[in-house]
Amino acid sequence: MSETWIILGATSSMARAFARLKAEQGARLLLAGRDMAELRRLAADMRLRGAEEAEALALEARNPATFAPVIERAEAAGGMISAAIFIGSMPEQAAIDADPSLIEGVVADSFTGPARFLQMLAPVMEARGGGTVVGVGSVAGDRGRLGNYVYGAAKAGFATYLSGLRNRLGREGVHVLTVKPGFVDTAMTWGLEGMFLVASPEAVAASIERAMAKRKNTLYTPFFWRWIMLIIRLIPEPLFKKLSI
Amino acid sequence: MRWKETDYAGWGRVLRAHGQIARPEKLAALKAALAETPAPAIGNRRSYNDAPLNSGGRVIDMTRLDRILSFEPETGLLEAEAGIEIGEIARLFAPQGWLPTVMPGTGRATLGGCIAQDVHGKSHQQDGSFGQHVESVTLLQGERRVSASPTRNKALFRATMGGLGQTGVILSAKIRMTPCPGTMVRVTESRAENWDEFIALLDRSTAPYVVGWIDATARGAAMGRGILEEGELSATLEPWPKKARRVPLDAPSSALASPVVKLFNAAYYRRVPEEGRIRERPIADFFFPLDKIHDWNRLYGKRGFYQFQCVVPPGKVEALRAIMARIAESAMASPLAVLKRMGPGRAGMMSFPMGGYTLALDFPARKGVEALIRSLQQMVLEAGGRLYLAKDALAEGETIRAMYPEHGEWAAICDRADPARALETDLTRRLGLRSMT
Repeated sequence: MSETWIILGATSSMARAFARLKAEQGARLLLAGRDMAELRRLAADMRLRGAEEAEALALEARNPATFAPVIERAEAAGGMISAAIFIGSMPEQAAIDADPSLIEGVVADSFTGPARFLQMLAPVMEARGGGTVVGVGSVAGDRGRLGNYVYGAAKAGFATYLSGLRNRLGREGVHVLTVKPGFVDTAMTWGLEGMFLVASPEAVAASIERAMAKRKNTLYTPFFWRWIMLIIRLIPEPLFKKLSI
Repeated sequence: MRWKETDYAGWGRVLRAHGQIARPEKLAALKAALAETPAPAIGNRRSYNDAPLNSGGRVIDMTRLDRILSFEPETGLLEAEAGIEIGEIARLFAPQGWLPTVMPGTGRATLGGCIAQDVHGKSHQQDGSFGQHVESVTLLQGERRVSASPTRNKALFRATMGGLGQTGVILSAKIRMTPCPGTMVRVTESRAENWDEFIALLDRSTAPYVVGWIDATARGAAMGRGILEEGELSATLEPWPKKARRVPLDAPSSALASPVVKLFNAAYYRRVPEEGRIRERPIADFFFPLDKIHDWNRLYGKRGFYQFQCVVPPGKVEALRAIMARIAESAMASPLAVLKRMGPGRAGMMSFPMGGYTLALDFPARKGVEALIRSLQQMVLEAGGRLYLAKDALAEGETIRAMYPEHGEWAAICDRADPARALETDLTRRLGLRSMT
């Protein structure tokens, strides 16, 4: 029986690239997100690329009432269940400075929404005794920086959550992979100043696939971000607070 | 919608533009971008020239709108968004028994691009042009969504095939594919010792897929020598080849200096034994030989290169021989030179194909090349031939309009579809294509 993959935030280009890899492997896909018309187009694309099944499901990170139907749908499918979380939002820091209430949305999209969803899914995965959770965070979560520390804080919270979830689910044969992409060529980064070494969503999806096969715990992608972030984390705080990197 | 301000270019990199690019990933984002600024749509910029450029203005990059929308396994009818690459369609559907009927020389061309240039492939004599296998196309004209097919909105359809994106943003299209028994091509390679033999081999060939590589540096008795490749789809199933290698840097300009090209060509010619050979090659290798090297255009260095492609009628072989001889004398061409037969098939008013012979060559941008290409263009005009709007970077508007007799009718239809002329590109402005005279 083929695997069921829940893809949260399926309309993002990174999610699309990952879902296509799974489609070509014949997986069943539950594509969850907000834009139903777009999700239906994606579902057709996935079926035609080899997915055994692909279904569009409405889900909003800020509305936990939308979570249960997605999980029930996955349970009904039978077989192993896996989930990949690609949701998150990154308003410009200046916008948040102007309107601090935006923080709640960022945290809900990038941290508490996905965490609550996974918390609800965890018992189901434990019961099936297998599967994988792919949680996409960001290198921005490794250290709070001037340019996007609210987004970074939310991603840091999510990374810590995933580490705890790994600790729990690992005991039941469920693998949790934390993914920390650097700059990826998506709608989120398109046209932003200061982008360098930008990776394609397809390259990121392929690296997630390889990391899953090796059962890695944390993936920096592309790989050199591990070293870039190591250096950034090593800068002493008295110095770091004066930098704007 | 965020617009990225950047320098960009076509594949040849001689003509460049500075402007703003939007790259929507969702249909709603595309509509929002168009509502903000009606702008021409571009794909992977595999046209060599200024067809995908809009200097100082905006363009919409369609490559992220690349979903397959429907497929009928019994008939091979496929509908997809404009941004999907032809090579991707081949990779996904060849193992299921279907191949795009017409595939250009690069698999990186998008569906929308193949329509906008009404591209041809190695089977033009047999299958005609890309647009002849388009069942229907959906355009966005401002807020309006319009469909056209050979039976509905006929004139708009004929203006859209090869229509350089001037009739509206190509959103999606339905194409008829061709049955494909496996994932390999059985390729017969034969040497042609000179021009006359090459033409005779081309005329005699009955293979479905035919392409000739010509040694553009050979002179005298060997002028026009080359290798003819004849392919037919084979039933062998092999895994699709891995992704391409990449050219990381611009090559120095000496990389394609004349002695280097001469040596390379001689070796490339002798690679095929005198008596010829037959081998099976993956579909991607045979149809898209250059895609194996990512960004190969960088081999020409940062100054870029020109591609010259013309077609001349069957009775004008002598004129084409004279064109080839002038190129060989110039010693300016690169190793990439292709000679093919062409049938009469064309789907649109501005489509390139005409029955006859087509010759395509690359020239690194250096001193004297522009003058050479201009003289070749004059020879093509006198022979009653045509230049390809996916390649040309140097022609005058008057020359092009003389080569495309339906141009006036086409321009009138474009003006009805895009009255504000918001979809003009550097190419249409350079050649004055949107003016009706």
